[in-house]
Amino acid sequence: MWRWLHPYAKPEATYRLVEKLLPWFAALTFISLAVGVIWGLAFAPADYQQGDSYRIIFLHVPAAIFSMGAYAGMAIMGGIALIWQIKTAEWSIPAIAPVGAALTVVALLTGAIWGKPMWGTWWVWDARLTSELILLFLYIGVMALYFAFDDARTGAKAAAILSLVGVINLPIIHYSVEWWNTLHQGATITKFERPSIATSMLIPLLICLAGFLFLTISLVMMRLKNEILRHELGRPWAQQELEKN
Amino acid sequence: MPFDSFQDFIIMGGYGLYVWLSFFLSFVVIALVALETAIARKSLRKKSQQLQNRQQRLAKRQRSVSQ
Repeated sequence: MWRWLHPYAKPEATYRLVEKLLPWFAALTFISLAVGVIWGLAFAPADYQQGDSYRIIFLHVPAAIFSMGAYAGMAIMGGIALIWQIKTAEWSIPAIAPVGAALTVVALLTGAIWGKPMWGTWWVWDARLTSELILLFLYIGVMALYFAFDDARTGAKAAAILSLVGVINLPIIHYSVEWWNTLHQGATITKFERPSIATSMLIPLLICLAGFLFLTISLVMMRLKNEILRHELGRPWAQQELEKN
Repeated sequence: MPFDSFQDFIIMGGYGLYVWLSFFLSFVVIALVALETAIARKSLRKKSQQLQNRQQRLAKRQRSVSQ
Protein backbone atom coordinates (compact mmCIF):
# COMPACT_ATOMS: atom_id res chain seq x y z
CA MET A 1 0.00 0.00 0.00
CA TRP A 2 2.82 2.39 0.82
CA ARG A 3 4.39 1.91 -2.56
CA TRP A 4 1.04 2.80 -4.05
CA LEU A 5 0.56 5.86 -1.86
CA HIS A 6 4.04 7.32 -1.94
CA PRO A 7 3.94 8.87 -5.43
CA TYR A 8 1.10 11.14 -4.25
CA ALA A 9 3.46 12.90 -1.86
CA LYS A 10 4.65 14.54 -5.07
CA PRO A 11 2.29 17.47 -5.63
CA GLU A 12 2.08 17.06 -9.40
CA ALA A 13 1.04 13.40 -9.07
CA THR A 14 -1.75 14.36 -6.65
CA TYR A 15 -2.82 17.13 -9.02
CA ARG A 16 -3.04 14.74 -11.97
CA LEU A 17 -5.05 12.22 -9.93
CA VAL A 18 -7.49 14.88 -8.71
CA GLU A 19 -7.79 16.28 -12.22
CA LYS A 20 -8.70 12.84 -13.54
CA LEU A 21 -11.29 12.13 -10.82
CA LEU A 22 -12.95 15.55 -10.57
CA PRO A 23 -15.19 15.38 -13.69
CA TRP A 24 -16.63 12.06 -12.50
CA PHE A 25 -17.40 13.37 -9.04
CA ALA A 26 -18.86 16.57 -10.50
CA ALA A 27 -21.14 14.55 -12.79
CA LEU A 28 -22.22 12.30 -9.92
CA THR A 29 -22.93 15.43 -7.83
CA PHE A 30 -25.25 16.94 -10.44
CA ILE A 31 -27.08 13.70 -11.15
CA SER A 32 -27.64 12.63 -7.56
CA LEU A 33 -28.55 16.10 -6.29
CA ALA A 34 -30.99 16.68 -9.16
CA VAL A 35 -32.68 13.31 -8.62
CA GLY A 36 -32.64 13.56 -4.82
CA VAL A 37 -33.87 17.15 -4.56
CA ILE A 38 -36.63 16.80 -7.17
CA TRP A 39 -37.75 13.51 -5.63
CA GLY A 40 -37.69 14.99 -2.15
CA LEU A 41 -39.47 18.21 -3.10
CA ALA A 42 -42.08 16.96 -5.52
CA PHE A 43 -42.59 13.21 -5.16
CA ALA A 44 -41.95 12.19 -1.56
CA PRO A 45 -45.16 12.17 0.50
CA ALA A 46 -45.89 14.94 2.99
CA ASP A 47 -45.21 14.23 6.66
CA TYR A 48 -48.30 13.45 8.76
CA GLN A 49 -47.17 15.85 11.51
CA GLN A 50 -44.99 18.45 9.83
CA GLY A 51 -46.76 18.62 6.47
CA ASP A 52 -44.53 19.83 3.66
CA SER A 53 -42.15 21.75 5.93
CA TYR A 54 -40.22 18.54 6.58
CA ARG A 55 -38.88 18.69 2.98
CA ILE A 56 -36.08 20.87 4.38
CA ILE A 57 -34.69 17.55 5.71
CA PHE A 58 -33.36 16.74 2.22
CA LEU A 59 -30.82 19.55 2.63
CA HIS A 60 -30.53 19.85 6.38
CA VAL A 61 -29.51 16.29 7.25
CA PRO A 62 -26.97 15.78 4.41
CA ALA A 63 -25.38 19.19 5.06
CA ALA A 64 -25.14 18.48 8.79
CA ILE A 65 -23.70 14.99 8.31
CA PHE A 66 -21.05 16.13 5.86
CA SER A 67 -20.22 19.25 7.86
CA MET A 68 -18.99 16.67 10.39
CA GLY A 69 -17.65 14.28 7.76
CA ALA A 70 -15.58 17.03 6.17
CA TYR A 71 -14.20 17.89 9.59
CA ALA A 72 -13.20 14.27 10.19
CA GLY A 73 -11.51 14.22 6.79
CA MET A 74 -9.67 17.45 7.55
CA ALA A 75 -8.49 16.09 10.92
CA ILE A 76 -7.22 12.90 9.25
CA MET A 77 -5.30 15.02 6.76
CA GLY A 78 -3.99 17.09 9.68
CA GLY A 79 -2.76 13.90 11.35
CA ILE A 80 -1.08 12.71 8.14
CA ALA A 81 0.53 16.15 7.72
CA LEU A 82 1.89 16.08 11.26
CA ILE A 83 3.13 12.49 11.24
CA TRP A 84 4.49 12.05 7.72
CA GLN A 85 5.08 15.72 6.81
CA ILE A 86 3.35 15.26 3.48
CA LYS A 87 2.83 18.66 1.88
CA THR A 88 -0.27 17.75 -0.09
CA ALA A 89 -1.92 16.68 3.18
CA GLU A 90 -1.08 20.10 4.63
CA TRP A 91 -2.55 21.84 1.62
CA SER A 92 -5.74 19.85 1.82
CA ILE A 93 -6.53 21.56 5.15
CA PRO A 94 -7.34 24.97 3.57
CA ALA A 95 -9.05 23.05 0.74
CA ILE A 96 -11.44 21.27 3.12
CA ALA A 97 -12.06 23.93 5.80
CA PRO A 98 -14.08 26.45 3.71
CA VAL A 99 -16.20 23.65 2.21
CA GLY A 100 -16.90 22.24 5.67
CA ALA A 101 -17.67 25.72 6.97
CA ALA A 102 -20.13 26.26 4.10
CA LEU A 103 -21.86 22.94 4.88
CA THR A 104 -22.07 23.96 8.54
CA VAL A 105 -23.63 27.29 7.54
CA VAL A 106 -26.12 25.42 5.33
CA ALA A 107 -27.00 23.06 8.21
CA LEU A 108 -27.46 25.98 10.63
CA LEU A 109 -29.47 28.10 8.15
CA THR A 110 -31.80 25.30 7.05
CA GLY A 111 -32.15 24.27 10.68
CA ALA A 112 -33.16 27.78 11.70
CA ILE A 113 -35.62 28.07 8.82
CA TRP A 114 -37.08 24.68 9.73
CA GLY A 115 -37.15 25.58 13.41
CA LYS A 116 -39.27 28.72 12.92
CA PRO A 117 -42.47 26.97 11.76
CA MET A 118 -41.94 23.77 13.82
CA TRP A 119 -40.52 25.03 17.12
CA GLY A 120 -41.72 28.63 16.91
CA THR A 121 -38.17 29.98 17.07
CA TRP A 122 -35.23 30.46 14.72
CA TRP A 123 -32.67 29.62 17.36
CA VAL A 124 -32.33 28.15 20.83
CA TRP A 125 -29.11 27.57 22.77
CA ASP A 126 -29.77 23.87 22.80
CA ALA A 127 -26.87 21.41 22.90
CA ARG A 128 -27.17 20.26 19.27
CA LEU A 129 -27.41 23.77 17.83
CA THR A 130 -24.67 25.18 20.04
CA SER A 131 -22.21 22.35 19.34
CA GLU A 132 -22.84 22.71 15.59
CA LEU A 133 -22.16 26.44 15.92
CA ILE A 134 -18.88 25.60 17.67
CA LEU A 135 -18.03 23.41 14.66
CA LEU A 136 -18.36 26.53 12.47
CA PHE A 137 -16.03 28.44 14.81
CA LEU A 138 -13.54 25.54 14.70
CA TYR A 139 -13.51 25.68 10.90
CA ILE A 140 -12.97 29.45 11.01
CA GLY A 141 -10.21 28.96 13.61
CA VAL A 142 -8.44 26.36 11.47
CA MET A 143 -8.53 28.66 8.43
CA ALA A 144 -7.35 31.66 10.46
CA LEU A 145 -4.48 29.70 12.02
CA TYR A 146 -3.41 28.28 8.67
CA PHE A 147 -2.89 31.75 7.23
CA ALA A 148 -1.72 33.45 10.46
CA PHE A 149 1.99 32.65 10.09
CA ASP A 150 4.60 34.09 7.73
CA ASP A 151 5.99 30.59 7.37
CA ALA A 152 3.33 28.54 5.60
CA ARG A 153 4.47 25.21 7.07
CA THR A 154 4.27 26.51 10.64
CA GLY A 155 0.74 27.68 9.92
CA ALA A 156 -0.16 24.31 8.44
CA LYS A 157 1.15 22.55 11.53
CA ALA A 158 -0.78 24.82 13.89
CA ALA A 159 -3.96 24.36 11.85
CA ALA A 160 -3.42 20.57 11.80
CA ILE A 161 -3.10 20.48 15.60
CA LEU A 162 -6.26 22.56 16.06
CA SER A 163 -8.16 20.34 13.62
CA LEU A 164 -7.13 17.26 15.63
CA VAL A 165 -8.07 18.85 18.96
CA GLY A 166 -11.45 19.86 17.52
CA VAL A 167 -12.34 16.25 16.73
CA ILE A 168 -13.66 16.06 20.30
CA ASN A 169 -16.58 18.19 19.09
CA LEU A 170 -17.79 15.53 16.63
CA PRO A 171 -19.04 12.97 19.20
CA ILE A 172 -20.39 15.86 21.24
CA ILE A 173 -22.50 16.99 18.27
CA HIS A 174 -23.62 13.45 17.48
CA TYR A 175 -24.57 12.46 21.04
CA SER A 176 -25.80 15.90 22.12
CA VAL A 177 -29.40 14.83 21.45
CA GLU A 178 -28.97 11.85 23.80
CA TRP A 179 -26.80 13.35 26.53
CA TRP A 180 -28.85 16.47 26.98
CA ASN A 181 -32.51 17.27 26.85
CA THR A 182 -32.59 19.09 23.54
CA LEU A 183 -35.31 20.73 21.51
CA HIS A 184 -33.62 19.13 18.50
CA GLN A 185 -34.94 15.67 17.74
CA GLY A 186 -32.88 12.49 18.02
CA ALA A 187 -31.07 10.64 15.26
CA THR A 188 -33.18 9.41 12.34
CA ILE A 189 -30.75 7.37 10.26
CA THR A 190 -27.30 7.59 11.91
CA LYS A 191 -27.99 4.93 14.53
CA PHE A 192 -27.78 1.19 14.79
CA GLU A 193 -31.51 0.47 14.83
CA ARG A 194 -33.78 0.67 11.83
CA PRO A 195 -34.10 4.23 10.49
CA SER A 196 -37.17 5.91 11.96
CA ILE A 197 -38.35 7.30 8.65
CA ALA A 198 -40.71 5.88 6.02
CA THR A 199 -38.97 4.22 3.06
CA SER A 200 -40.69 6.62 0.63
CA MET A 201 -38.85 9.46 2.37
CA LEU A 202 -35.69 7.52 3.16
CA ILE A 203 -34.77 6.75 -0.46
CA PRO A 204 -34.68 10.38 -1.66
CA LEU A 205 -32.86 11.30 1.57
CA LEU A 206 -30.19 8.69 0.88
CA ILE A 207 -29.83 9.99 -2.69
CA CYS A 208 -29.42 13.52 -1.32
CA LEU A 209 -26.83 12.19 1.15
CA ALA A 210 -24.86 10.70 -1.75
CA GLY A 211 -25.26 14.00 -3.61
CA PHE A 212 -23.81 15.99 -0.73
CA LEU A 213 -20.96 13.51 -0.35
CA PHE A 214 -20.04 13.94 -4.03
CA LEU A 215 -20.54 17.71 -3.75
CA THR A 216 -18.18 17.89 -0.78
CA ILE A 217 -15.55 15.81 -2.56
CA SER A 218 -15.88 17.84 -5.79
CA LEU A 219 -15.53 21.20 -4.04
CA VAL A 220 -12.57 19.99 -1.99
CA MET A 221 -10.90 18.67 -5.15
CA MET A 222 -11.41 22.02 -6.93
CA ARG A 223 -9.86 23.85 -4.00
CA LEU A 224 -7.03 21.35 -3.60
CA LYS A 225 -6.09 21.86 -7.25
CA ASN A 226 -5.81 25.61 -6.57
CA GLU A 227 -3.85 25.04 -3.40
CA ILE A 228 -1.33 22.77 -5.16
CA LEU A 229 -0.89 25.28 -8.01
CA ARG A 230 -0.48 28.13 -5.52
CA HIS A 231 2.48 26.38 -3.91
CA GLU A 232 3.98 25.14 -7.18
CA LEU A 233 3.59 28.42 -9.07
CA GLY A 234 7.30 28.68 -9.86
CA ARG A 235 7.47 25.24 -11.48
CA PRO A 236 7.09 24.70 -15.21
CA TRP A 237 4.34 22.08 -14.93
CA ALA A 238 2.17 24.44 -12.87
CA GLN A 239 2.74 27.28 -15.32
CA GLN A 240 1.82 25.05 -18.25
CA GLU A 241 -1.25 23.88 -16.38
CA LEU A 242 -2.44 27.44 -15.77
CA GLU A 243 -1.87 28.45 -19.39
CA LYS A 244 -3.91 25.51 -20.67
CA ASN A 245 -7.32 27.06 -20.08
CA MET B 1 -47.41 12.64 -6.27
CA PRO B 2 -48.46 14.59 -3.18
CA PHE B 3 -49.34 17.82 -5.00
CA ASP B 4 -52.46 18.34 -7.15
CA SER B 5 -51.19 21.34 -9.09
CA PHE B 6 -48.08 23.42 -9.67
CA GLN B 7 -49.51 26.11 -7.44
CA ASP B 8 -49.90 23.53 -4.67
CA PHE B 9 -46.27 22.66 -5.16
CA ILE B 10 -45.18 26.28 -4.72
CA ILE B 11 -47.38 26.82 -1.66
CA MET B 12 -46.02 23.65 0.04
CA GLY B 13 -49.04 23.31 2.31
CA GLY B 14 -48.44 26.81 3.70
CA TYR B 15 -44.75 26.22 4.34
CA GLY B 16 -43.61 27.45 0.91
CA LEU B 17 -41.67 30.42 2.27
CA TYR B 18 -39.62 28.25 4.62
CA VAL B 19 -38.98 25.41 2.18
CA TRP B 20 -38.02 27.63 -0.76
CA LEU B 21 -36.01 30.04 1.38
CA SER B 22 -33.93 27.19 2.82
CA PHE B 23 -33.27 25.70 -0.64
CA PHE B 24 -32.42 29.12 -2.07
CA LEU B 25 -30.03 30.09 0.74
CA SER B 26 -28.30 26.68 0.65
CA PHE B 27 -27.76 27.07 -3.07
CA VAL B 28 -26.33 30.58 -2.57
CA VAL B 29 -23.88 29.44 0.11
CA ILE B 30 -22.60 26.48 -1.94
CA ALA B 31 -22.44 28.59 -5.11
CA LEU B 32 -20.37 31.21 -3.29
CA VAL B 33 -17.76 28.60 -2.35
CA ALA B 34 -17.61 27.32 -5.93
CA LEU B 35 -17.40 30.88 -7.29
CA GLU B 36 -14.62 31.83 -4.89
CA THR B 37 -12.70 28.75 -6.00
CA ALA B 38 -13.09 29.70 -9.68
CA ILE B 39 -11.98 33.28 -9.00
CA ALA B 40 -8.94 32.02 -7.08
CA ARG B 41 -7.98 29.88 -10.07
CA LYS B 42 -8.20 32.92 -12.35
CA SER B 43 -6.01 35.03 -10.08
CA LEU B 44 -3.48 32.18 -9.93
CA ARG B 45 -3.29 32.24 -13.72
CA LYS B 46 -2.58 35.99 -13.60
CA LYS B 47 0.09 35.53 -10.93
CA SER B 48 1.76 32.77 -12.91
CA GLN B 49 1.83 35.01 -15.99
CA GLN B 50 3.41 37.85 -13.98
CA LEU B 51 5.99 35.47 -12.55
CA GLN B 52 6.93 34.20 -16.01
CA ASN B 53 7.17 37.73 -17.44
CA ARG B 54 9.45 38.69 -14.58
CA GLN B 55 11.66 35.67 -15.14
CA GLN B 56 11.92 36.52 -18.84
CA ARG B 57 12.81 40.15 -18.08
CA LEU B 58 15.49 39.04 -15.64
CA ALA B 59 16.92 36.57 -18.15
CA LYS B 60 17.04 39.26 -20.85
CA ARG B 61 18.79 41.70 -18.53
CA GLN B 62 21.31 39.08 -17.54
CA ARG B 63 22.09 38.37 -21.17
CA SER B 64 22.61 42.06 -21.98
CA VAL B 65 24.88 42.47 -18.94
CA SER B 66 27.04 39.50 -19.91
CA GLN B 67 27.47 40.67 -23.49
